[in-house]
Amino acid sequence: MGNKQTIFTAQQLFHRYRDLAPQLVPLDYTNHPDVKLPYELIGSMPELKDNPFRQRIAEVFSEDGEGNMTLDDFLDMFSVLSEMAPRDLKAYYAFKIYDFNNDDFICKSDLEKTLNKLTRNELTEDEVRMVCEKVIDEADLDNDGRLSLEDFQHMIVRAPDFLSTFHIRI
Amino acid sequence: MPRDSLITSENDSEQDADLSLQEEHESKTHRTKRRDGDRQKKKRRNERRKGGTRAGEGEEDLQAISEKRERSKRKRAKSKQETSRRENNEEEEAQLTGGKGTKARKDIRNEKTRRMEKEEVREVDENVDKGKKKQGSTKKGEKKEDGGKQLVKEKARDIKKKKHKKAETSSEPETSEEDDDEEEDNDKDVVRPECLSPEELEKLKEAVDERKKLIQSLRGKPWPMKKKLVTLRESQEFVEKYEGALGKGKGRKLYAYKVLMTKKWMKFQRDFENFKTACIPWEMKIKEIESHFGSSVASYFIFLRWMYGINMILFGLTFGLVMVPEALMGRPYGSMPRKTVPRAEEASAMDFAVLWDFGGYAQYSVLFYGYYNNQRTVGWLKFRMPLSYFLVGVGTVAYSYMVVIRTMARNANESGVGDDNSFNFSWKMFTSWDYLIGNAETADNKFASITTSFKEAILEEQESHKDDNIHLTRFLRVLANFLVLCCLAGSGYLIYFVVRRSQKFALDGLENHTWWERNEVNMVMSLLGMFCPMLFDVISTLENYHPRVALQWQLGRIFALFLGNLYTFIIALMDEINLKRKEEKVVKFNITMWEASLYNGTVLENSTAPPVTIHPADVPRGPCWETMVGQEFVRLIISDTMTTYITLLIGDFLRAVLVRFLNYCWCWDLEAGFPSYSEFDVSGNVLGLIFNQGMIWMGSFYAPCLPALNVIRLHVSMYLQCWAVMCCNVPQERVFKASGSNNFYMAMLLVILFLSTLPAIYTIVSIPPSFDCGPFSGKNRMFDVIHETLESDFPPWFSKVFSYASNPGLVLPFILLMVLAIYYLQSTSKSYREANVELKKKLQMQNEENKRKNKRAALKAQMDLEEARKTAQEQQRNNNASVQDQEDDTDIHVSGQNPPPVGGRGSQMPSSRDSGSRTHDRGNHGPSGYLPGFARQTEPRMYRVPSLQRH
Repeated sequence: MGNKQTIFTAQQLFHRYRDLAPQLVPLDYTNHPDVKLPYELIGSMPELKDNPFRQRIAEVFSEDGEGNMTLDDFLDMFSVLSEMAPRDLKAYYAFKIYDFNNDDFICKSDLEKTLNKLTRNELTEDEVRMVCEKVIDEADLDNDGRLSLEDFQHMIVRAPDFLSTFHIRI
Repeated sequence: MPRDSLITSENDSEQDADLSLQEEHESKTHRTKRRDGDRQKKKRRNERRKGGTRAGEGEEDLQAISEKRERSKRKRAKSKQETSRRENNEEEEAQLTGGKGTKARKDIRNEKTRRMEKEEVREVDENVDKGKKKQGSTKKGEKKEDGGKQLVKEKARDIKKKKHKKAETSSEPETSEEDDDEEEDNDKDVVRPECLSPEELEKLKEAVDERKKLIQSLRGKPWPMKKKLVTLRESQEFVEKYEGALGKGKGRKLYAYKVLMTKKWMKFQRDFENFKTACIPWEMKIKEIESHFGSSVASYFIFLRWMYGINMILFGLTFGLVMVPEALMGRPYGSMPRKTVPRAEEASAMDFAVLWDFGGYAQYSVLFYGYYNNQRTVGWLKFRMPLSYFLVGVGTVAYSYMVVIRTMARNANESGVGDDNSFNFSWKMFTSWDYLIGNAETADNKFASITTSFKEAILEEQESHKDDNIHLTRFLRVLANFLVLCCLAGSGYLIYFVVRRSQKFALDGLENHTWWERNEVNMVMSLLGMFCPMLFDVISTLENYHPRVALQWQLGRIFALFLGNLYTFIIALMDEINLKRKEEKVVKFNITMWEASLYNGTVLENSTAPPVTIHPADVPRGPCWETMVGQEFVRLIISDTMTTYITLLIGDFLRAVLVRFLNYCWCWDLEAGFPSYSEFDVSGNVLGLIFNQGMIWMGSFYAPCLPALNVIRLHVSMYLQCWAVMCCNVPQERVFKASGSNNFYMAMLLVILFLSTLPAIYTIVSIPPSFDCGPFSGKNRMFDVIHETLESDFPPWFSKVFSYASNPGLVLPFILLMVLAIYYLQSTSKSYREANVELKKKLQMQNEENKRKNKRAALKAQMDLEEARKTAQEQQRNNNASVQDQEDDTDIHVSGQNPPPVGGRGSQMPSSRDSGSRTHDRGNHGPSGYLPGFARQTEPRMYRVPSLQRH
């Protein structure tokens, strides 16, 4: 029964952000200080630390693409992963997260990486190859052997659990 | 005009300029990504319009110029006002078409005049920006023409959305909100309505509208937060500044006030929404559990909360309409026999052991059926007690049916769409990880379950028709079912046996027996409920089902077990009821004898003496089978609750403690090895809850306290189980999705509800109530109370109508009609479903067809390419050969220093380009030459060819 989550405010998020490294982040943000938290700190948040895609998430949302986040990036991440974010936005970022090599297509190597992260390398190579082929076979509409953003969106908006699983609660 | 207002407005326009730049940029990037073609179309249209309107608007421009010189910067805001007056007269469409072009033109003019006057470069830039922005905005605005027309109507809604947005995206803009308001006020003073043209107004409207749209859609845009914030704040400022000016003439203040009030109202609503969310009980607890254990465990707690809600309402009904009126307004305790503890039991009536069994004082209280008096009206309110009792009993059941069925329908609606299997692997790949998981163990389990689900899917994919000794499997399955049936029959017999034995004990008098003998029935039922599921679990390993199927079988079996036990219990109760009724007859006879003797005695002594007052405790009374039934159910509930809690404490908590602390001094790893920690058994717990509820429904007619007890039980188990889950359970190894099985549980609940109302209704309808206890005493049947009310409390015509209506001649056709209606609805829904399935199939077919077509096209293209390449190669080879020849020739004839790259290029060409003819190849060859000397060289070759051929 989908209850609306109380909206977490920027205040709360800011405190979460600051709690990660109180010595780095100033309390006063009026002058927009240029502070970045390294990926090690971001990835060790309890919300992310068990997520196999945490590094990708941090990379996608950080401005420098290396996982070091400013407060804005941080807010961005949690606004996309909040329950309120619209489906298309989520789909867009999910695509970016699963697109490991940043080439705007999910190709076989991306799929393999995703699968290996999901199963902790417990599938054999044949199985991995087969699953990847099946995925491409199912979702690739224009037949170029890789998933474009459109393919991905077309597939993901039909998924019953996408919205319920692709969010983080603080 | 005061000076500072000028300054502020200048600032504003500066901001606008910034904003416009940014916005234009944004809109550009956005559009280039999405709809390139669209934009170009619009641009073209826009330009056409500009051209068309420019000429027509010349006069107005002239008029406006003088004013513009004075306050060129606030021009737009003013013109808005002016048009607002005229707006009524003009047709909006004309405005729309006219507005866009003029704006751009006016800006240009504006720019000119200003340049003449002030000659400040900065301002000019600003204006250019403005113009740009306006153009951009018109471009955007065009597609929303309709929206622009209905602007005023839509405004309220827009503001609403905007406010929502603001709150959700971040709280920072909220702080700036007040500043904006002030600014807005300033601005209103500045704005002068006279100097606005309708086009300006129209344009402004559009701009505002478009800003609003931008604000609305901002959250859906994949921009970084910084950009979002900046855009949001600026758009908000813009909207707030100009929105107030859009109101018409005198109504402007009212309009501003309205806007303000809408804002306040929205804020209030939002706060209220938050407040409501905060009021949902145990929400945070459940969310916490959800993030640790996944959604299936949380679904149990949500179910528990739902049950709690239902029970609260049932409790409210029985408590408010039955128990409280009787306790407050009915006759007090001790006033009559049914409300007094009999003399024989008085000594032990307050003992804890007796009270625990709900005997003694508990038995003769509002908690049970027997206490209620059969006075038609109670107290000064003339409360119809027996009627209320009956109606509450019926209402309880009716309400439960309604709620369960409504929930089921809603669940079915939600889950009805998604049995599409076309993206099986993709979904597994991209949506199986639950981003909510924030616990290492859960994550481990999730990894494991994802791996297994992938393996399963692969297996299913690879060998959907595998048969490894199907006979053995079949045999094992039959065997397993046989064993399960034996278990069920055995447990049924055991319960029957125990109940019969307990009746014998009861006849002997409970005091002569041990604790075990007294509580045998409940204990045996609880123990069976505890151990049989384990047995079923062991048996089900024989069957080798798919785990999901196995779970359903397991649930079904436990369900059957519980149901069997419950029904055996009820049958035994029926026997007991019959026994009691026989006893009652005897007692009734004895009482008349006793009364007669009493009367005779008094008559003998003194004929005029007042009737002898006998203390109500001494009056002999019947056994009152209703109270007995109620007591049995209450005892059952209590013992069930106790067993649940004790199992929880021993099975979960003690086990966890032992495993945790003995692990330091044990010879194997207890945590990973045999005992380990227990898992949270969702299905078992849900079943327990369902059966508990069934017993409540069954027994609450005879024991009005049951819903209250259940509320307490659910409340305690909410906290206890939340605590137990968090402190001593490990997440399940197989994480099942909760969504699918929800309706399965609901269906079981419905079945239980039906099955539990059956015996209750049977007893109500077919067994006459006891003669000396309960609200219906003295009546032939319990439902006679309805007749009685109809006859005495309603006008005669009503009872006449009712009696006609209840005539079988009318009822039967009505039922028939209802059946027909149900049949009709059912068949239509079935045909819809079929059509749906058909459509889905068709869609899938088409998809596949498309895919195949695409594939074929791609293949064909590839083949063509290959072929072309091949031919090209061949030709190239020929060509090369000829070229070689030529080159040889040229080498010989023209120059001896032919550079090697030419030959190399020639052979490279065909692989990269499938150019056909020789000449083309050559033509291609020539211009693409990268060495400056080539052109000169090829020419002679070309020229030479004919001569070669002539050779």
